[in-house]
Amino acid sequence: MENFDLKKQTPNLIVMALLVTLPLWINYVSYTQLGTQVVVMGLAAMALNFLLGYTGVLSFGHAAYFGLGAYGAAMTIRYIEPSTGLGVIVGTLAGMLAAMLIGPMIVRLRGVYFAMVTIAFGQVFYFIAFRWNTVTGGDDGLTGWKRMPLDFGFAKLDIQRDPTTFYYFVLVIFVIAVAIMGLLLRSPFGRTLIAIRENERRTRFMGINVNLHIWMSWVISCTFMALAGSMSALLNNFVDPRAFFWRQSGVFVIMCVMGGMRSFWGPMMGAAIYVWLQDYLSSATPNWQSFVGLVFVVVVLFFPRGVMGIIRRKATE
Amino acid sequence: MTNNGSSSKFDRRTLIKAGAVIGAAQLVSPFVRTARAADVVKIGVDNPLTGTYAALGKNEALGMAMAVDEINAKGGILGKKVELAIEDSTSGDAGTAVQKARKLIDRDQVNFIIGNINSALAQAIANVANEKSVFHVVPGGHTDSVTGQNCHWNTFRVCNTTQTEASAVATSLIKNAGKKWYYLTPDYAFGHSLQAGLEAAAAKLGGVKVGGDLTPLGTTDFSSYLIKAQAANPDVIIFLQAGDDAVNALKQAVQFGLDKKFHLAGAQQELEVLLGLPPEARIGTWVFEWYWNQPNVPGVKEFVAEVRKRSGGHVPTARTWFGYASIHTCALAAAQANSLDAVKMARAMQGFKLPPEIALMPDGAYYRAGQNQLIPDLYVGHAQSTGKDDPEDLFVVETVVKGADVSPTLEETMCKQDWPA
Amino acid sequence: MTQLILFNVMNGLIIGAFYALMAIGLSLIMSLSDVINFAHGGFLAVGAYLAYSLAPYIGFWGGLLVAPVLTAILGLIVEKFLISRVYGRDPLYSLLLTFGLAFIFEDGTRYIWGAQSLPYQVPGWLMSPLSSSFFFLTGYRMLMIVLIVAVVAGLFVIMTRTRLGLRIRAGTLDLETVSILGVNVRILRNLNFGIGIYLAGLAGVLAAGQLGLQPTIGDSLIMPSFIAIIIGGLGSLTGTLLGGLLIGVAQGITTVFFPSASEAVMYVMMALVLLVRPQGLLGEEGRF
Repeated sequence: MENFDLKKQTPNLIVMALLVTLPLWINYVSYTQLGTQVVVMGLAAMALNFLLGYTGVLSFGHAAYFGLGAYGAAMTIRYIEPSTGLGVIVGTLAGMLAAMLIGPMIVRLRGVYFAMVTIAFGQVFYFIAFRWNTVTGGDDGLTGWKRMPLDFGFAKLDIQRDPTTFYYFVLVIFVIAVAIMGLLLRSPFGRTLIAIRENERRTRFMGINVNLHIWMSWVISCTFMALAGSMSALLNNFVDPRAFFWRQSGVFVIMCVMGGMRSFWGPMMGAAIYVWLQDYLSSATPNWQSFVGLVFVVVVLFFPRGVMGIIRRKATE
Repeated sequence: MTNNGSSSKFDRRTLIKAGAVIGAAQLVSPFVRTARAADVVKIGVDNPLTGTYAALGKNEALGMAMAVDEINAKGGILGKKVELAIEDSTSGDAGTAVQKARKLIDRDQVNFIIGNINSALAQAIANVANEKSVFHVVPGGHTDSVTGQNCHWNTFRVCNTTQTEASAVATSLIKNAGKKWYYLTPDYAFGHSLQAGLEAAAAKLGGVKVGGDLTPLGTTDFSSYLIKAQAANPDVIIFLQAGDDAVNALKQAVQFGLDKKFHLAGAQQELEVLLGLPPEARIGTWVFEWYWNQPNVPGVKEFVAEVRKRSGGHVPTARTWFGYASIHTCALAAAQANSLDAVKMARAMQGFKLPPEIALMPDGAYYRAGQNQLIPDLYVGHAQSTGKDDPEDLFVVETVVKGADVSPTLEETMCKQDWPA
Repeated sequence: MTQLILFNVMNGLIIGAFYALMAIGLSLIMSLSDVINFAHGGFLAVGAYLAYSLAPYIGFWGGLLVAPVLTAILGLIVEKFLISRVYGRDPLYSLLLTFGLAFIFEDGTRYIWGAQSLPYQVPGWLMSPLSSSFFFLTGYRMLMIVLIVAVVAGLFVIMTRTRLGLRIRAGTLDLETVSILGVNVRILRNLNFGIGIYLAGLAGVLAAGQLGLQPTIGDSLIMPSFIAIIIGGLGSLTGTLLGGLLIGVAQGITTVFFPSASEAVMYVMMALVLLVRPQGLLGEEGRF
């Protein structure tokens, strides 16, 4: 970033300005918890998009890693050590480890087959959480724990009681995670991923180990997904097996598509729209599921490039 | 293959138009929320409207709406009009339920919050309500801990604990069906505590457990378990499944002819489940938490008639009554305390006895002090395949058990309330 | 004990056949159109509800005959106006489309038929065991087996003996060539989708006799179908059939020893198959 290009940085600055000032204006349109939810889901969608949008690999089972992060954090705080930081680290590592192990079994697959196998693997974790109820709480979810105030030794941060403080805590994590993903995508590694997306065969001919790169992208994506999952557990002070469920995976994918998979901030925008829309619809009508379904159909048929796609087209016109 | 090129414009427009029309009709009608006003008391409802518990949730919602109309007709709560703010908690997604609870409390600033049918969500909502000191009523989640180990000073529960239900049915079963029991228990907290309750109650009366299986929640095929149960040759096969699991298990047990060889029974049963079963599978000895056909209890007939008017002719179930009693609990708490302050209201409800026109039970019902658990009557009886005078009269009450006789003592519940200073 | 295991193996075969019925429908659609039909469970529910609503007029048998056909017609319409629009695009879009449809189906059935589960009645004589020692062999389960065998056999005849079947199979292997040879691919895919949905509808009617009839009836059946396809191998109907039966038997045996793992066992099988033979037991090498 030696030569700071204002024009290129504009989207980043806008998003950051909106997110940093969010607690100031959110109460006019919504409530803080929903704002935090947007940031958490935004991180999840951007993590998925690392694989989906930038590597061109269709995972429909990312909820599994979201859930692993959530349970990892919750179980650490509940059973091992009441420390928010440790919980987040364990949750994230749990997701990363699972992704590393499952990766080799699936990187050879492509297209719908890849999607289907990722769903099926995701369901394994769902059933573990659902059935092993002495440890996970089963269908009742895991209760009896709370996010703990952060203690840095020199200063304490009460993220437990003050929702605004907690929001900023999540935002800091979000910014760090997104910055890392952004830097990775701008690196030669990121360019290779995009090359795989554009033309896998050609990339292979160039002597690049495509499966290894997909595996790496998969692990990175799942790791940040798990991080988002652990944030989500802290947000709700609660986890339950639905976090793993395949429907949740579908929701992450639609966030990416709705916002725009080809754009860095697209999934974040998709997450914001989806979270807000679902919150609004489910208060407005008991038949909200139909409307959510209709959103899927309309996006797929008429706005396949998402909101960012439309903005870009308008801009070039 | 670009087959969405030329024709798409027309279709897009039609689709959007059609969508807009349906959408407008849907979005405007059901739960329009009026602007925040000081002369309104808001009751937030965070209960399932979709998923597995949708049917139960809708019945509770009907009871709630009816109670609100009654209260408003009599001048509201402390002279203010009552309004419901209804949110769909979904049937099992704690994230959504918690988010909705915060939305109701933070944004809609409700004075009361009600939820949930799912015990796990009930507990999650209880934690939020406790953090924010809001008066909370659990209409229908049975797990013991809600008014036991994890109880809160501000959380009141209308439906029974699993342990109470188990004790209520045990006596009658031992007497009428035999002492050798085989358990088919859903493998989660609700099932475990039901079975533990039954085993303890049966042991006191000389009952024996001859075997049992933990069936995973969401089991669709029960044949393997039924094969094992049959091989154990018990007097009674106990089904502790709820909801869909119960429907599946009973349907299959009857198909296998097990009802002709053994006595089939269980603890908690709901009219909703019996209605979902084909007539031949409406069998067994059960506990109902409330039943609509109570000819000798004053007020019940009027209540049933009013519910029928609102439900297109259907009778109220225990769920309808839970919803009804939950809302009245809120109104009574405010009236009793003459305040909307949660601490004052919760104090006023300690040991409070529901008036008979709301309890709608022979012996009435009261909130036990120190636990906030409603202690009502329980109805032990058997299912019947078809009602004589009414197609929805699917249960025959044999004995009415007083809740106080079968509830664990306050010490046994392990509830310790932590009141704010 | 051996008797118990034997019982459970037989029982597993019955359940497996049922999984296979759903899985074959999914597999047909997936291999010709590259679409994972998440709405399959929704179609299943529609089939079951239609049979329920028609029963007072045309009886159980009429419903069994007509409801799957009506479901298939709904399938043809959905394919023609919605799903066919995303062919040729990234498979992502078809996934999201059927995913959205699954939401609409679940909510739509709840809107029309209510959330309360409904009592679907099967003729009394079907509802009793054939013999008291093999009491789990009820008339209804035998009917299920007979019907599934008949339908699967019929499907194999269609696939191997008729022009439509040959074209579908050819299209599965190389759609472009089939198209160049003058086959109307659009109609081919439409009919193929219809056949798949017919199977879903039939599975729905049969399921309603065993399970509670409510909007999420298909939910618990869709995952085993996915696994059956993965284990058997995409593109191979015989493989899918085999996969379904294997899962059913494995579940039956696991239930005897370790009920909590009865669901997990199929995922373990899937993982093993993916490690040893990623294309599935009878799938062709190099297809994916």
